[in-house]
Amino acid sequence: MAAVKLTSVNVATHQEMWVGRAIPRFEDEALLRGEGRFMDDLAPVPHAGHAAILRSQLAHARVTRLDASRALEHPDVLGVLTGAEVVAMSRPFPVGVEGVRPYYSAAAEVARYAGEPLAVVVARDRYVAEDALELVEVDYEPLEPVLEPQHGEVVSDRTFSYGDPDGAFSQAALIVRERFTFPRWTCAPLECYGVVADWSHAGGSLTAWANFQGPFTLHSVAAGALGLPGAKLRLITPPDSGGSFGIKATVYVYVVLLGLASRKLGLPVRWTEDRLEHLAGSATATARETEVEAAFAPDGELLGLRYDIVDDVGAYLRAPEPATTYRMHGSLGGAYRVRNVVSRNRVVLTNRCPSGLNRGFGGPQLYLPLERTMAIAAKRLGLDPAELARRNLVGADEFPYRTPSGGLYDSGDYEAALDEALELSRYAERREEQQRARAEDRLFGIGLAVVVEPSISNMGYITLAQTAEERAQSLPKSGNAEGATILITPLGGITVRVGTTPQGQGHATVCAQVVADALGVRPADVEVLTSLDTSTSAWTVASGNYSSRFSGVGAGAVHLAAQKLAAKLRTIAAQELGVEPHEVELRESKAWAGEEAISLRRLAGLAHWNPDALPPGIEAGLMETAFYSAPNLGPPDEEDRVASSAAHGFIADVAVVEVDRETGAVTVLDYTTVHDAGRLLNPLLVDGQVRGGFAHGIGPALFERIEHDEDGNLLTGSFMDYLCPTAPDLPPLRIGHLETPSPFTALGAKGLGEGNTMSVPAAIANAVADALGIDHVELPLTPPRVWDLLQ
Amino acid sequence: MKPAPFRYERPETVDETVGLLAEHGDDAKVLAGGQSLVPLLNMRMARPAVLIDINHVFNLDNITDDGGGSRVGALVRQSAAHGVSPLVDCCLPYVGHFATRNRGTVGGSIAHADASAELPLALLVAGGSVVAASTRGRREIPADEFFVTHFTTRLEPDELVVEIRWPDTGPGVAFEELAQRRGDYALCMAAAFVRDGELRVGIGSVVDRPTLLEIDPERPGASAAEQVEPYGGLHASADYLRHLVEVLVDRAIAAAGRNAA
Amino acid sequence: MTSIDVEVNGRRHRETVEPRLLLSDFLRHTLGLTGTHVGCEHGVCGACTVLLDGAAVRSCLLLAVQTDGARVQTVESLARGEELSPLQEAFHECHALQCGFCTPGILMAATDLLGRGRPDRAEIEDLLSGHLCRCTGYSPIVDAIARVAGADAGGAG
Repeated sequence: MAAVKLTSVNVATHQEMWVGRAIPRFEDEALLRGEGRFMDDLAPVPHAGHAAILRSQLAHARVTRLDASRALEHPDVLGVLTGAEVVAMSRPFPVGVEGVRPYYSAAAEVARYAGEPLAVVVARDRYVAEDALELVEVDYEPLEPVLEPQHGEVVSDRTFSYGDPDGAFSQAALIVRERFTFPRWTCAPLECYGVVADWSHAGGSLTAWANFQGPFTLHSVAAGALGLPGAKLRLITPPDSGGSFGIKATVYVYVVLLGLASRKLGLPVRWTEDRLEHLAGSATATARETEVEAAFAPDGELLGLRYDIVDDVGAYLRAPEPATTYRMHGSLGGAYRVRNVVSRNRVVLTNRCPSGLNRGFGGPQLYLPLERTMAIAAKRLGLDPAELARRNLVGADEFPYRTPSGGLYDSGDYEAALDEALELSRYAERREEQQRARAEDRLFGIGLAVVVEPSISNMGYITLAQTAEERAQSLPKSGNAEGATILITPLGGITVRVGTTPQGQGHATVCAQVVADALGVRPADVEVLTSLDTSTSAWTVASGNYSSRFSGVGAGAVHLAAQKLAAKLRTIAAQELGVEPHEVELRESKAWAGEEAISLRRLAGLAHWNPDALPPGIEAGLMETAFYSAPNLGPPDEEDRVASSAAHGFIADVAVVEVDRETGAVTVLDYTTVHDAGRLLNPLLVDGQVRGGFAHGIGPALFERIEHDEDGNLLTGSFMDYLCPTAPDLPPLRIGHLETPSPFTALGAKGLGEGNTMSVPAAIANAVADALGIDHVELPLTPPRVWDLLQ
Repeated sequence: MKPAPFRYERPETVDETVGLLAEHGDDAKVLAGGQSLVPLLNMRMARPAVLIDINHVFNLDNITDDGGGSRVGALVRQSAAHGVSPLVDCCLPYVGHFATRNRGTVGGSIAHADASAELPLALLVAGGSVVAASTRGRREIPADEFFVTHFTTRLEPDELVVEIRWPDTGPGVAFEELAQRRGDYALCMAAAFVRDGELRVGIGSVVDRPTLLEIDPERPGASAAEQVEPYGGLHASADYLRHLVEVLVDRAIAAAGRNAA
Repeated sequence: MTSIDVEVNGRRHRETVEPRLLLSDFLRHTLGLTGTHVGCEHGVCGACTVLLDGAAVRSCLLLAVQTDGARVQTVESLARGEELSPLQEAFHECHALQCGFCTPGILMAATDLLGRGRPDRAEIEDLLSGHLCRCTGYSPIVDAIARVAGADAGGAG
């Protein structure tokens, strides 16, 4: 697996670049005026019925009777779709593991989590639809719920071994063994799911508007469930989406459910999920139990790692799961140079809401065990954790670095970033402060986390859930490609369309910056459409918003399309100016040859109005589509090695905490994070992503955990019980950056929106463990839990 | 999350209101600020047949001086209650949030009698009382009788809270609480009132109602903790909550002593 | 059904509504003022915050009938024609919004707070304790409001 390095980074050097500048966003004004267009704001088809969803009250039960006749008698009820009809009208959702229990958009006979859809009631408005839900009679025969992962049905069990782990452990001077639980939590965007489904009997097709973040593979999954050829499922996303962080990938389940309702009732149907539904039945992060063994040489060299992982994906294995289990597969050793790694990966079902994409996706679950283990090892070796990290970090001269499990780390200088974090956090002074605090019997702790943040997922990594022989039965899957289209109108207006379905990240602004550089215009001259339409947008099976892929492949596709268009403009201008195309320079909305220039508007007019005058071989019109495919993302090899991501950022964090001995309350006094995410396309937006990822890391570290009682009833079913941190709950954050461009992305950028969600739980856990002087801590570190640890 | 249907009444006088309550009794709910009731309506956990909106009732939003204390009309918003009693001032920062305090009322919080709410504990420790009206007349119910258990008071179904009486406490009061986040219902809270060697201490959140405790001055927190049997919950164990009683009672007494000085 | 007469963003509306209709739904679906967002419908997230007679309130915890005779302002009222208000401008400059779903409620609450004086950062954080934002980590929002308050926007933390 030789690495391909791109050499075609085509950047203008003769003028100030827009890319790299911290310009505020073009998205903001509409949102600030209340002119945002979110899913529930839209009425794309008239006279849609309003749906409400009947959900199982029990975590595990046979549905012995479901009678909607009283609901149907209500004069304002338009119809009901039952789970039995869902099963009759659709197929189970396809998933990447064979032989698992079939999963439909609603349950017919057995409900397997509290909140699982059992029926859809459609009425004139939502108020009536909720009235009618109460008229549907359901009889349950309770079944024993399975809530503990160790009792769950194992649907996938694979063991991966790289290098010589047994040899490594036999030589070890120190072996650290620990168990860790990463809690079930959820990113909980402020906007819940929303769908408008409009089935066409004439076309045998479904058009659905949804605040989905795909299409991704999930368009195909939804089409498969509906039994539709791909072109018959048209998915359209609204211009604005109120956050997702992964969770809205699962809207596809409701596209199918509401699509079936529309099909049965013969009318368009709309549904806006409410918060109770969201917390009970949308998706959550995968909960993980990990047993780690780590072997160290006397000098602290990490010789080997053994993981025994149990991922609880809830009631059904739902696509794209078990992706959480494999997203980090190329990075099992994190930022460390360890060559001998074993991982046993089990995926189990329990009677909880099925898991799905959630910011960090696999990263927090990996780094809590790995970074806690390193901190414990440092203590036992008598080394400062920073020193232990330093002795094991992949060296700056080792890139591109191939990990034992096949990951290909593109670039970086991990030690320099660690040094920057130590400097910025005044680490040495903080350690002295800690000595003084301890002398005063105060609980003062410092925690580190050094993590590799993979971005741009390989579409093939999920096939690791199959053996090499099983994989050989089907076509190989690999890569990660995105498309973009740029149009120049007859008056010289520039419109870009992307398939990256942003939910607040500012893709439009960055696209405008990229296009501005390529075409020599101002970003404000570029209109960017981020609303995706699977019938008209340029997209691939990888398109969408996940694995922090925008700055790598999304902006990359825009860059390529803009380069194609720029080449065409240069060719046309060259003819007009009597020079060679390579002599033409695009800037200030003009094409220049020396002192002479022709306006972009005139070039556009020529291409549209006067095709006869175009140079030979140049097509009329000015519209280009390009696809950017991240390199080095082959399918898993026969030894189960895979480059699971295209780009790898690096993060070094230092958390400083004090624990109130009396109440167990943790105060984060200071938090420092240093990122190397390659070239930063817009530093203002970069810091926004860092701060957001940090807040989402603080959540499961200190506040957030989805809890059920022993019967599987959800205890954290509202925002009064599911504790999202608020402004006073978040500690101050210090941010530093290094920029080591990625050789594998078009603009040298790497993803960075998930890294702190991966690192913060580990760093906080390390800091609190350091403060308490104990090895075992459990997240979230709420005052009661910390107090219990102190007893 | 939409309310079930109800009949809506909007009386403009106390007499009209108590007449409606006499007519509908348990089928009716009084809507004041609505910051606790409307979430319950939206979740359909409360489904009154009749909703009596008292926000237009004349003269229920006055604050009158009462010999150093205050008489606070049932409709006085929490955001307008600063200064009615030093204990109210101490606890208001913990009560909900800016926007909910703009709408939520002092009287509504007390009538709702959530065991985790701050204002009922403050009233109890201040030694205040509740004035209730019905078609049978008015009566004053001391706070230490008013709160029965979670969401349950001595109010009869036909009675309306019209006024909260906050006696003069002087400055020797304090309110301490620990919540998971700012503005959340407390895991545990404690209030203390000291004056002229007299000490009154109450705790809330950990048991079914705000509760006054006998304090051993030699070991105040510990003596307080011995008297409570907290039920642990989702967020905290009983042992932890009992421990918090000790910590917060000690802190509240110390702070009240400082404030009195 | 009940008739109400309410002034919303300076414009008088006479509508007939079911008593159980929430103010948030009335604004969004009866009047088409979709700038007010609904994030939880139980009063925690703050996305639906509007001004009722000048005071910031949760519109999901009010019935439309309760606004009879009252004055309501929503996010759509903040800009003056082409010009964004200083608060909106500050949010833009400080990158105090990402998905923008929580933003209208925060803008309205901050409008109320700023109308009462010059809040410091602690008061601004206390205001924001009643608003959930999952994108920004809040500190840019504190910066933006502090900028308008003329408070110290440094120490952004």
